[in-house]
Amino acid sequence: MIGALLRGREAGLVVMILLVVAVVGGLAPRFLDWETLRIVALAVPLVLIGAMGQMMVLVARHVDLSQGSILAFSSIVAGMMFRDLPELPVVAGVAVAILLGAALGLVNGLLVVLFRLPSIIVTLGTLSLYRGLVFLVSDARQVDPQFIPRGLISMSQTSPVLGIPWIVIVAAAVALATWAFLGHSRLGRQIYALGSNPVAAPLRGINVVRVTLLVFTLSGALAGVAGILYASRFGYVNPGITGLGFEFAVIAAVVVGGVSINGGSGTVLGTVLGVLLLGTVSVALPILGVSAFWQDVFNGAVIILALLVDRGLREGGARALRRAGA
Amino acid sequence: MSVAERPDGPAGPRREAARARPGWQVALVRPEAMTLLLLVGAFVVASWLSPFFADATFILSSATFYTEFAIVALVLTLLIIAGEIDLSPAAGMALAACVFGAVAQAGLPIGLAIAAALLAGALMGLLNGVLVLVFGLPSIIVTIGTLTLFRGLAQVLAGDRSIGGFPGWFIGIDWRLWLGIPAPVVIFVVAAALLAAFLGLTVTGRQIHQIGTSPEAARHAGIRVRRIKMGLFVAMGVTAALAGLLAASRLASVRYDLATGGELTMVLMVMLGGTSIFGGRGSILGTFLAAWLLVIIATGMTVANVPVTSQLIVMGLLLIVSIIATNVIYARSQR
Repeated sequence: MIGALLRGREAGLVVMILLVVAVVGGLAPRFLDWETLRIVALAVPLVLIGAMGQMMVLVARHVDLSQGSILAFSSIVAGMMFRDLPELPVVAGVAVAILLGAALGLVNGLLVVLFRLPSIIVTLGTLSLYRGLVFLVSDARQVDPQFIPRGLISMSQTSPVLGIPWIVIVAAAVALATWAFLGHSRLGRQIYALGSNPVAAPLRGINVVRVTLLVFTLSGALAGVAGILYASRFGYVNPGITGLGFEFAVIAAVVVGGVSINGGSGTVLGTVLGVLLLGTVSVALPILGVSAFWQDVFNGAVIILALLVDRGLREGGARALRRAGA
Repeated sequence: MSVAERPDGPAGPRREAARARPGWQVALVRPEAMTLLLLVGAFVVASWLSPFFADATFILSSATFYTEFAIVALVLTLLIIAGEIDLSPAAGMALAACVFGAVAQAGLPIGLAIAAALLAGALMGLLNGVLVLVFGLPSIIVTIGTLTLFRGLAQVLAGDRSIGGFPGWFIGIDWRLWLGIPAPVVIFVVAAALLAAFLGLTVTGRQIHQIGTSPEAARHAGIRVRRIKMGLFVAMGVTAALAGLLAASRLASVRYDLATGGELTMVLMVMLGGTSIFGGRGSILGTFLAAWLLVIIATGMTVANVPVTSQLIVMGLLLIVSIIATNVIYARSQR
């Protein structure tokens, strides 16, 4: 029954996306163009990769507000390495970015489990702390485009197959891996068990500390991946701008995708569709001549609406369960 | 409040473990004591770093920036004690200020613009309150949504330009002295005194503590939980609007990015003052002291030539350390 509801949620998202495409396409025919598809495809990979991490954190009944700052930190350190050590292979920069992201995520997790603190306050603190570190290590200087390796930038421009750019393929691979991990591995299922009932989880032999550390570390590592892709996509890294507000865009997409704030439920497919829906709309707004200033209004309204829908679904689900039980 | 404060009852055999702690210990395990010690320590360090620091006029004039956040943090203290949170007030400040700017720019009287800003604040608080209390959504996520929404609406109203040209009597409130003290600081001190009296001496104030300790028990005791929380959310909105107006007066212009990141400062003031993030415990005195602590730290860092960007690190660390310390202190005082 609950499975059916969730499937309903995903079908609903597909309908929403088609509706947006149809309405916007009707109003502005140039929206129905391969070019639009390309813009959407380039707009979503960063948020999608962040969303995979945020989703796991939310399923475990936590939240990670520091993703944008982790993205910036990984990105700036990798960028500075490319600048100061030009012979360094791109792979080394990528590895450093991911490892740094994982380390900062691990710090979040350690603060949460060691001191039993609410993750929202811990990550609000580290959001500021990590952003401060970005300014500190970079001396508040931007890494300029000429220092970003060609190979990295071409990931956002060239395509190995069917004209699909590399960064889209990376994002799709991350989503597939998350799907396999969450749905088909012991640890992945334990994340759901922990989020559904944090009291019962240790009684059933789940190592709460390990699972909590894992989700925060993965969220950080994926923010690190997004950091590298940021450098690839935009071709520069700025200590003040890079990743600013990233976490809010990610949380909006994840919540729209049907991941419950109360932990324990949410699917990778739903999250991907949530990211696609918001990505499509963000590309559609300027085409319709709506000022870019409306973007944040839209994101905020979408978070609130998704919360209301989620609440309605949960009440409906609880009623259905009671009926089935009676 | 805390178990340690309660004197031993006369009934029953006295057990060794239940003996009341000496007064100095009771005072020390209160989190405000930590804030006060930090405040004194920060003051000493800052005066040692720079001879220019220990000058009351200088500290008071640099305090006006923080008092805008501090006034909101006072009301936020009540809301967090009641077991809710609001992350949207900094964005609310920006939206209220932009409403003020837009109305003023339309050529309407400034009094009307001020009223419109305050009304906008009340509506923002009401929206948060309705979403949390009527629809039963968690305040933490709701206010992340409204944070984005309010900041976006401010941007729609003001675009990326700044609105200025306000009449002379409205601008420069931070330079106006009441009894020799900058006006925003006076407003902050008076508000702190009034809210401390409200929280400590009135029935509603005590009920706020009860709601945060156990909403269920509070409801069974006949406390109008939803009405009180709704009142607090609306008060948050109006106070944020007031702070937005103070900022507009200080800056003589408004922009949509006014008070960006201010929610961190506000939450930091409340946490640093020893209010428990889990609700039920906390005090206005703590937030009052914490606000001054932040003023001293920020001013001290500026005097010592620490760049503003590194101050982000200090603020983030302080938030995490203060919440850990508060947790440990409360865990100890419960034993």
